[in-house]
Amino acid sequence: MNKNQNVEYERIPAEKFEFAQLDAKLHDQKFETKNRSYFADALLRFKKNKSSVAAAYIIGFLILFSIFAPIISPYTMKDRDTVYTNSPPFIESIAEMGIGIFDGAVVHESQNDTQYNFWRGIGEETGMNPLIRILDTTTTVSMYRGQEKESHSYRLETNKYYETGIVYRVFSYDEFEKIQQYQNETGIQIIYPYVEPSAIEGLTDNPNIWYQISDTKGTPVLDENGDFIPVYSTNKAIEGAEYNSLRIEGDDGSYIYSARRSGAVQCRVCYYNYYIYLNGHEPMYVFGTNSLGQDLFAGIGIGSRFSLIFAVVVSAINLTIGAIYGAIQGYYGGKIDLIMDRISDILSAVPFIVVATLFQLHLAQKVGTVGSFLFAFMLTGWISMAALTRKQFYRFKNQEFVYAARTLGASDKRLMFKHIFPNSLGTIVTSCALIIPSVINTETTLTYLGIVNLMDLAGTSIGTLLSQGQTSMTTSPHAMFFPALYFALLLISFNLFGNGLRDAFNPSTRGMED
Amino acid sequence: MVKYVIKRIALMLVTLFIITLMCFVLIRMLPPAELPIEDPHSVVIEARREAAGYNKPYLVQFGIFLKDIFTEWNWGVSDVLYFGQDVSNIFMTRLPATVFVNLYSILFSIPIGIVLGIIAALRKNTWVDHTISTLTMVCISVPSFVYAFLIQYFLSYKLGWFPFLMNSGTNYFSWGMFVSMLPAVMSLSFSVIAGFTRTTRAELTEVLTSEFMLLARTKGLTKTQATIRHALKNCMVVVVPNIFSQFIGIMSGSLIIEKIFAVPGVGNLYINSINGRDYPMFMMLTVFYTTIGLLANIIVDISYGFIDPRIRMGSKK
Repeated sequence: MNKNQNVEYERIPAEKFEFAQLDAKLHDQKFETKNRSYFADALLRFKKNKSSVAAAYIIGFLILFSIFAPIISPYTMKDRDTVYTNSPPFIESIAEMGIGIFDGAVVHESQNDTQYNFWRGIGEETGMNPLIRILDTTTTVSMYRGQEKESHSYRLETNKYYETGIVYRVFSYDEFEKIQQYQNETGIQIIYPYVEPSAIEGLTDNPNIWYQISDTKGTPVLDENGDFIPVYSTNKAIEGAEYNSLRIEGDDGSYIYSARRSGAVQCRVCYYNYYIYLNGHEPMYVFGTNSLGQDLFAGIGIGSRFSLIFAVVVSAINLTIGAIYGAIQGYYGGKIDLIMDRISDILSAVPFIVVATLFQLHLAQKVGTVGSFLFAFMLTGWISMAALTRKQFYRFKNQEFVYAARTLGASDKRLMFKHIFPNSLGTIVTSCALIIPSVINTETTLTYLGIVNLMDLAGTSIGTLLSQGQTSMTTSPHAMFFPALYFALLLISFNLFGNGLRDAFNPSTRGMED
Repeated sequence: MVKYVIKRIALMLVTLFIITLMCFVLIRMLPPAELPIEDPHSVVIEARREAAGYNKPYLVQFGIFLKDIFTEWNWGVSDVLYFGQDVSNIFMTRLPATVFVNLYSILFSIPIGIVLGIIAALRKNTWVDHTISTLTMVCISVPSFVYAFLIQYFLSYKLGWFPFLMNSGTNYFSWGMFVSMLPAVMSLSFSVIAGFTRTTRAELTEVLTSEFMLLARTKGLTKTQATIRHALKNCMVVVVPNIFSQFIGIMSGSLIIEKIFAVPGVGNLYINSINGRDYPMFMMLTVFYTTIGLLANIIVDISYGFIDPRIRMGSKK
């Protein structure tokens, strides 16, 4: 009887089945909200944190800057102008608007009349007036040989680029000819009439004096209208070469434009225009130049580009090493954990500066400065990452889903990297955003101290720029200000961004802000 | 507790030993500095190198190195920077400057940091709190040498309140010396203040929401009384160990500051010894900084145990 029934149940034809509740209404409550994945949720909560979002935009801007600044800037780190050193930010087109930015302005304290006239002289001769504005005038009246004499003391703002005015340069005949040709084509006057030293009280080191002076300090002799009296040389006997180009106003063809030197000619050259002749463009230093005459705009771009790439590479490597190390530690636990923990304890107790120095001394010749620097970061950088992974593994390894997977026969490797690791990924990746600024900080510190020199590969670095800026801080604060500003912005925004990311990915803070 | 302390110290010594050994071997592997032939000191240095066992196997050298330290506090002889002088003597002359700068910086930072932290915690989620928290964030993110530049440019150069560099004398208690130290002290303080503010705020907000605070209020204490008697005491459990570790930790963090303000201290000496390749000096200072780092760690761990009985039990880890 029983047997028969069993047989019967085994072969029930398909048509005998009937849906139990095909039309029946489900009384289960339907989810009204949309499904949201872990990452979408994190993103949503990240967006709520205004400062972190702002930081993310700033980081984006700074990264774009580091990519495009070296491309936009006409300079590389090899361009070192010997005259325009420590010069403030200057863009000619903006400077002409006279709104007080990018005008290459430097402030001179307590300048006397002679100095004032000196700058006026440059402006009158070259047509580029270095004097931007007089900030302050103090008039003192003193008795001089029984007569009242007025003297002024000025606080002036002058353009550092126009201030250079005229310089002496010695050219070969070919070069002299070429400059004249350039002058004729473009109408930019580079060569100015020659002034014999005997006409200006024997001064040979001050090419900017082209007017009659009464002493070696350069006090001008003015005519009744208060104008300068030019003393350009007309002495054909000392002329170096024939001149057939632009002539300045008031020249009837008798001025000579060069003096003979052995196999060459010496000229008075307007440096600003000469610069255009040499480089093909006006000086355009958006952030000014440092003490070596390098463009800071390009320098910050190049330096930060290296820093950012380096930091990303370092964090990627350390993330990998740390994750594997921490995974093994956390998964196996016990003796293995203890031994590996000791190793990382010891390594983490070595000050980083020691590691960097020793690697530099031992390895720099074999693998290069950057290589040995990278190794130094790799030696100790992964420890915090490993500790983090280890903690996450301890948290997850005794949970039911891991037991389930193990019961189904998953290998250790599979359990570690397929089941536990993805769960801790959020925490680990977000901490990466906090490692990047610390790497940049360390790198900058070491290059600032001169322990690591990245000049050969990267051209420069923020740390190098900072230490160069510090040497000329009093005369050109901008050389320190711009790298420091970039650096500070980068670190602040990376930290804010990293903190926001960490909070967003941390489920335990969920709902607390609402 | 005693057992725990002993265990921690023993572990620390082992770590220190291993690091010293590694660094020692790596440093001795480098060719020693060339000595000028005519200088009379060269003979002395040569003799001392012979005694220190250069040319012998590294482990023997290390043995001699340790023996010299323990028997006569002999750390070798400086062969580049301070030609022919004992490394340990130079180190001792440089130590006070660093200690004083750090000490002032800590003394300066503790009250400010803790008070700011308390204000932020008590006025949580108001504009006061947000301002303090933002400033704290900025101060922690930006490294101290950026502040050093600002201080040096604005306070020393523009306003002329302080000298540009620290005085080089040894008269540490004179007023002039104190003033000349201030820029360095201030630059160091920013991040320390921020650290204290953040710790205090985080701890205090947590304590203020705990149940015993509610009880204290229920039994009739005013808010001020409850905060001072109960909340602050509990929050100090975390803040006090922080003070110790900050003091020790700051010693290694002041390398750049010492360079910028020309503090005649250990950090400056360390940088010079690295850039000048003065290996015996480098060796001693490496041991010094490693020890400091280890001490900072261990002091935090142990002082937690002393201050908070709850943690003492968990010392088994």
